[in-house]
Amino acid sequence: MRVRPILLSAAAALAMAALASIAASAVAAPDKVDPAADAKAFKKYFTDKFPKVKLEDFVNGPYSMNEDMRKQWQEKEEFPPYEFALEAGKEMFGKPFKNGKTYADCFPNGGIGIRQNYPYFDEKEGKVVTLELALNRCREANGEQPYSYVKDEMASLTAYMAYTSRGKPMDIKIPGDPRALEAYENGKRYFYTRRGQLNFSCATCHVQSPGERIRAEILAPAYGILNAMPIYRSEWNGMGTISRRFVSCNSQTRAVPLEPQSDEYRDLEYFLSYVANGLPIAGPGARP
Amino acid sequence: MASTIRVRATANGDTTEVQALIQHPMDSGFVKDAQGQIIPPHFIQQLTFEHAGRAVFLADWGPAVSKDPYVKFSFKGGAKGDDLKISWVDNKGASDTTTAKIG
Amino acid sequence: MSAAMSMTRNTLLASVLLMASAMPALAASEADYKAAFAAAETAEKQADQLRNRWTTTEARLAAAKKAASSGDFDAATAAAKEAEALAKASIFQATSEKERWKDLEIH
Repeated sequence: MRVRPILLSAAAALAMAALASIAASAVAAPDKVDPAADAKAFKKYFTDKFPKVKLEDFVNGPYSMNEDMRKQWQEKEEFPPYEFALEAGKEMFGKPFKNGKTYADCFPNGGIGIRQNYPYFDEKEGKVVTLELALNRCREANGEQPYSYVKDEMASLTAYMAYTSRGKPMDIKIPGDPRALEAYENGKRYFYTRRGQLNFSCATCHVQSPGERIRAEILAPAYGILNAMPIYRSEWNGMGTISRRFVSCNSQTRAVPLEPQSDEYRDLEYFLSYVANGLPIAGPGARP
Repeated sequence: MASTIRVRATANGDTTEVQALIQHPMDSGFVKDAQGQIIPPHFIQQLTFEHAGRAVFLADWGPAVSKDPYVKFSFKGGAKGDDLKISWVDNKGASDTTTAKIG
Repeated sequence: MSAAMSMTRNTLLASVLLMASAMPALAASEADYKAAFAAAETAEKQADQLRNRWTTTEARLAAAKKAASSGDFDAATAAAKEAEALAKASIFQATSEKERWKDLEIH
């Protein structure tokens, strides 16, 4: 492995960055957290950048960015690869726990048509609660072992729950609680922070380069990027949860991933979901 | 237990278009698990679509076909209401069959 | 001096010079490795505190350990030093990004 040349260029890049930041911070204005303004600016950035893309189409990621890929995807949607996971998820969701209770007992409206409300800020706990986290908490509260956040069972369950919300607009709330604002801000900061030896932030790919290629992949826009989750990814030969995607994106930038459902990831999901408010839920999805 | 074969067949004039999604691990035998052990090969070797007692699509598959294969093809003949029989056999000798109506 | 003798002399001179320049690389002891590895680990722990470890740092640390376990302290020390440099770069990144992230923010 040729570390030294990469090391030298990374060091050079960071040195230049340090010089630039000294100049930049001198003019940076003090920030006040205004999620509504952020969401408006986020939407405007992407609709300005891609005026021909229909608003609800952003949730289709790379398929909204490339016509050839779109045609292949539409053909696949006639017989989608996530069908098996979806059916497994429905079955799992309906099966009672050993104590006789079901997932329906843990969720509002029996867990049907509620995916668009996740994540939410739990004021009692003072933290963001995602759908995956809520599902495992439901399991543990009923004497069952939690599922891995990055494997098939969680993907199947969230696939089913997403499916029952298909078409509903993302509807994330940020209560007036300062801790909720802080969680949102943490998520936003995580999104824009460069990490890993490759020095990429989420924004590097999904804000600066949507529609462009990284190696052979067409990049999705950050706007609505979670709306189609969980996804059947051809690259994975299977389904993947939001947790799985965050973990793999981290390792792809050569950053050691954090634990699934760690605070940073929960806050990141909170931020990304909030700025996509209004865009339809399109899960479960399929991706290259 | 639910069938591993999902199929949709549509008659369009004198041509029938068929799509099928088959649930199968299609392990090539070249992949190692987390412990470094080879996952043994487990893949469909023969896939057959039959209409009116005649095979309209035959596939001899090997390890190169990926998990949960999707097949799409058209054949001449077939009318709405006709039966289409699909069956597969894998390298372990397991098999599955289903019959669908052409729509 | 005959041509054959001067060739031998030159070759001898060349090999002495090569050995001389190679000497420092051969000098790494187990103590050198342990010191380098400790320094690398300390830096990596700090990177971990900042929630910003790099996979490549971890890979070099593992390579250092592996080389040391087979007695190759030259390779082990070199890898440990690379790991320390990578860990320090990741710390620099985490620190500078505390402000720099705003440069990418959509307003």
